[in-house]
Amino acid sequence: MATLPFELVSPERLVFSGAVTEVIVPGAEGEFGVLAGHAPFIGMLKPGILTIKGDGAPRAYFVRGGFAEVNPAGLTILAEEAKPLEELDLGVLHQQIQDAKEDVNDAATDEGRQRAARQLADLEQVYAALESGRTGGGH
Amino acid sequence: MASLKDLRNRIASVKATQKITKAMQMVAAAKLRRAQMAAEAARPYAERMDTVLGNLAAGIVGAGQAPVLIAGTGQSQKHLLLVATGERGLCGAFNTSIVRLAREKAQQLIGEGKDVTFFCVGRKGYDQLRRTYPDRIIELVDLRSVRTLSFKDASAIAAKILALLDQGAFDVCTLFYSNFKSVISQIPTAQQIIPAVFEAQDEGEGGPVYEYEPAEEEILADLLPRNIAVQIFRALLENQASFYGSQMSAMDNATRNAGDMIKKQTLIYNRTRQAMITKELIEIISGAEAL
Repeated sequence: MATLPFELVSPERLVFSGAVTEVIVPGAEGEFGVLAGHAPFIGMLKPGILTIKGDGAPRAYFVRGGFAEVNPAGLTILAEEAKPLEELDLGVLHQQIQDAKEDVNDAATDEGRQRAARQLADLEQVYAALESGRTGGGH
Repeated sequence: MASLKDLRNRIASVKATQKITKAMQMVAAAKLRRAQMAAEAARPYAERMDTVLGNLAAGIVGAGQAPVLIAGTGQSQKHLLLVATGERGLCGAFNTSIVRLAREKAQQLIGEGKDVTFFCVGRKGYDQLRRTYPDRIIELVDLRSVRTLSFKDASAIAAKILALLDQGAFDVCTLFYSNFKSVISQIPTAQQIIPAVFEAQDEGEGGPVYEYEPAEEEILADLLPRNIAVQIFRALLENQASFYGSQMSAMDNATRNAGDMIKKQTLIYNRTRQAMITKELIEIISGAEAL
């Protein structure tokens, strides 16, 4: 199967780099999968879980804030925060949800409030998914 | 002439100083390696961000309804100088050279009749600027308590800057930091971050035509503020690497100078001791001859 060069970059470091067969990205307007030969594309990310499929078991990363760029050279994801799901601390996520709630309350404009509320909903979704996954014997 | 005991004390004190500078040099070298790695790890992100934004901006500016962060406020009367320096001294000319660059720019702008304000990141730059421009500094961000720089620190600074922009506190924002070239060369750099300046894309028409989701305007609205944070983050990391590089070479010089001084003092010490022995011998001999 054709492979696709993929890089996952956070401001602090290069998190993942290598050839994969498919990446499932949490896009702002819905999840999308990227295979080799995808048309050039730039899309925003929402906070969520990114899945990399290649050799062996699929790998999951938590990503937040940023965008994905597909061009003929491959897929690059620039995320403000990106880490393997195993390293993600539920406590930290919980803190982020609290922050997001404050953002919703503090937002000065309607537009800002809507954006913050969307952010909050996405984070809560990830939190719920993770919690059910952990109590159900991991994933 | 100083007595032998004085000379001995002086040599001991220089040796103690040399030990301290030597230790500082080694600590700086170890930290430099880490800072350099962090700075290099951050580069791909900043570069990618720049390319993508450059592509997007080129399309938008042509359409004539660019956001404030690219097009500016339409004026250039009020300037904000964001001066990023170190938190500590003992690092050669590192802080001074950044401040000097900022000060030159400020003088030039004031000469042109513009309003200039300073936003200081790092206490050392603040201390130096306070002497010349006591009432122009509007904010000081102190990173002394930060052990390892994270993106959050840069985001916090960016948020403050953007809030100031919303209040209309400035039209143009320039960032001053020191670019890390190598251990012996750090270049103080001024970079205009608001309105953002993108390098012209040389690929021209040849680049791929992207699809955007959501629309270009929305992506830009989200990415531009983030880009400010990315640029500040990169500058802070470069600064940190430069700081340790500068400190390392300064401490290396200090260690070498202390070595020279010890050599010189030891020579004087030995010469004085020899002179005293000779003097005593002469006294004994002439005393014996007088008998």
